[in-house]
Amino acid sequence: MSLRIHQDHSRFKQIVRGKIKSNLRKYVQKGEMIGKKGKDTISIPIPFIDIPHFKYGHKEQGGVGQGDGDVGQQLSPGAVQPGDGHQAGQGEGDHSLEVDVTLDELAQILGEELRLPNIERRQNEKIVTQKIKYTGVNTTGPESLRHFKRTYKQALRRQIAMGTYDPARPVIIPTREDRRYRSYKLQELPETNAVIIYMMDVSGSMGDEQKEIVRIESFWLDTWLRHQYKGLEARYIIHDAVAREVDRDTFFHTRESGGTMISSAYKLCRDIIKSDYPKSAWNIYPFHFSDGDNWSADDTRQCIEMLREDVLPNVNQFAYGQVESPYGSGQFIKDLREAVGDSTNVALSEIADKDAIYASIKDFLGKGR
Amino acid sequence: MPKSLTPPLAKLKQEIEGHAREFGLDFFETIFEVVSYDELNMVAAYGGFPTRYPHWRWGMEYEQLSKGYEYGLSKIYELVINNDPCYAYLLESNSDVDQKLVMAHVYGHCDFFKNNFSFRHTNRRMIDDMANHATRVRRWIDKIGVEKVEDFIDRALSLENLIDQHAPHIRRNPDPQRAEDELKSNERVEGFKVNREYMRGFINPSEFLDSQRKKVEEEKARTKKFPERPQRDVLAFLLEHAPLEPWESDILSIIRDEAYYFAPQGQTKIMNEGWASYWHSTIMTRRALKDDEVIDYADRHSGTMGTRPGALNPYKLGIELWRDIEERWNKGRFGKEWDECDDLRARRSWDKKLNQGREKIFEVRKHYNDITFIDTFLTAEFAIDQKLFVYGFNDKRNSWEILDREFRKVKNKLLQQLTNFGQPIIEVVDGNHDNRGELLMAHKHDGQDLKGDYARETLRNVQSLWRRPACIITRYDNKGVLLRFDGQNHTEKKIDL
Repeated sequence: MSLRIHQDHSRFKQIVRGKIKSNLRKYVQKGEMIGKKGKDTISIPIPFIDIPHFKYGHKEQGGVGQGDGDVGQQLSPGAVQPGDGHQAGQGEGDHSLEVDVTLDELAQILGEELRLPNIERRQNEKIVTQKIKYTGVNTTGPESLRHFKRTYKQALRRQIAMGTYDPARPVIIPTREDRRYRSYKLQELPETNAVIIYMMDVSGSMGDEQKEIVRIESFWLDTWLRHQYKGLEARYIIHDAVAREVDRDTFFHTRESGGTMISSAYKLCRDIIKSDYPKSAWNIYPFHFSDGDNWSADDTRQCIEMLREDVLPNVNQFAYGQVESPYGSGQFIKDLREAVGDSTNVALSEIADKDAIYASIKDFLGKGR
Repeated sequence: MPKSLTPPLAKLKQEIEGHAREFGLDFFETIFEVVSYDELNMVAAYGGFPTRYPHWRWGMEYEQLSKGYEYGLSKIYELVINNDPCYAYLLESNSDVDQKLVMAHVYGHCDFFKNNFSFRHTNRRMIDDMANHATRVRRWIDKIGVEKVEDFIDRALSLENLIDQHAPHIRRNPDPQRAEDELKSNERVEGFKVNREYMRGFINPSEFLDSQRKKVEEEKARTKKFPERPQRDVLAFLLEHAPLEPWESDILSIIRDEAYYFAPQGQTKIMNEGWASYWHSTIMTRRALKDDEVIDYADRHSGTMGTRPGALNPYKLGIELWRDIEERWNKGRFGKEWDECDDLRARRSWDKKLNQGREKIFEVRKHYNDITFIDTFLTAEFAIDQKLFVYGFNDKRNSWEILDREFRKVKNKLLQQLTNFGQPIIEVVDGNHDNRGELLMAHKHDGQDLKGDYARETLRNVQSLWRRPACIITRYDNKGVLLRFDGQNHTEKKIDL
């Protein structure tokens, strides 16, 4: 039986959703929310869902507290609660409330707002993965799962019962029997798997702003694809004249100099697909970002050849984003457009600045591939 | 859906109720319902009631409560409704010791509801009224549309704290002086004094008398204030004088009714939670606790009593104060002799063995509210024992810090926080401001400024109900300010106070 409150709850969520939606363009352009990401949720400051009252500012008001400490001593952050129990925003005078939204929900909102089509899955095979779910407390288990509080309580209980507890010397020593462990079950989840292969040009001409754009854009691509596929992996390739695979952090923070050989990245991308992601079991999404200034026409030819022969036949969609840099925008996107622009599984997008990210996401995801 | 008690729980109830009565607690019949976590969260979101009118804020509350549970922040609830019979909830998954503790706590609340003077005027059939409110609002939604109704509720809720908390206790006697003035001013206009009766028509021609009469009437109309006295109950004023549609009046009156119903709970939070905690601890430790339950009980109890430096826990402050009163009256630590004794050693060992503590706390629970409770019984010794301090925000260091431990300051700050729930006192002073039908309110400034952005948003809501410009007089940085919203723009004007 459903609870009456669910109506109010969904109304609340609807309002939150509406607020997020109407501010989505702003969120997309701002990178800050990427930093506030939890495991499955993200904190979003939404404007003013509170009901206003005539009231005092908490900072002006202060209050009475309880505990140790000398006059002048600072209270630890978080020790002071705003007077009326509502979550406060970033600071006084800032009409915002932080709400947690699941990434899934965010993706849905993104999809609705940009009218993104759902991706048609190329692979229908279900791949099963296992997930650990903690279900309770047990008397046996590995030490790493020991429940310290329960163990302590059990020992305390036993010592009191046995009369060996001494309040003057309150030492609690758990025995083997007192130990408690978290127990878990393995759940099997059917999943459809996908992999994103991010490639980024880190040559001298790609500045911090360009990288910021890539970072923001990849957050949204990630979010959307994660919404479409439950098991999503990501691989990261950076390149200048040579390419190498790195972890996510390095990907966004590396700065190199020197020339650009895009083919090196494509070669690595091809190898990764070949060795780790058989077409039969994976949905594959390479995304490449560069300012489009390739080393030579010859290298560009190699790129196109590799795309045609090795990459495009194996992937759901290949996407290239050309980020405008202080040195202008290169030739590469034009070459791609001429050579493979007609292919259904190629998406090309020019991203002039942060404002353009919004439209660019649509370029990339609008094909529903 | 709520279930009635299982036989073992019914037995526990019988036991705890027996203990409570034996200790002298006096309460309405109390009905416990057993609910799941979801249901408990729902009821909690609804302020303890099984039904409320539809509104998103209950959903927001529910979301926060459920999240608190998921994150393991909140575990045990007690929820009681001040109603006759009292309704309270038990979480089905709780252990026996939890259930007993909750029941004992609940009987404390029920006794308080029944006996404390602040609740004397509350509606003891509120559970029915809340359900009726819900039905009415739903019917308006069917008729007017959910968006419009919800939008109106949002605006009405924004004003829900603008009531006169003490109104239920005030008897408004007619003012004899004003009645006298009114009578006098109704006397006929006589014109100039006439010595010879035959001259009257010349000295005071009827046109002259008429014009004089008219002048007096006009003067009276001009000086007649509306409202005649500042009105604290802004909601009542709007209900009576704002051009509201019938459905708007109905909803506004619902919001007002509910605000009045909840007001006494806000006025006695420290006493009430303290009283319930005092009784759960007394009943549990003296009677109900079995040996093997001691640790779990201690765990729960200390969880409720935990304090953080920057927040006052009403449960903790309350229970300590009740215990302090009990001890003082047991030992005779009150009265002239005690007050005048400044020998510290004598004070410390003071014990007249009066044993009036129990009696005293029962008396106090009847006649006090938080303000008078703190004002009368919070002593310097107590403030030191409990390590109370005043904290404030240091702009330079951008952090909260301890400002003072001086007893007087602590007490004053505490009283200030409790006055009008720590909210600003706002009155309607003129319903025809500037002779243009504008609504003028005044903030009784007590040293703290209003939160500016909230004030503007709230003013916007007042305006939308009044449908003419709305203004409020307040102070910022010690300077008089008139905030005004005319339906389009906010303005701010400096004024002399």
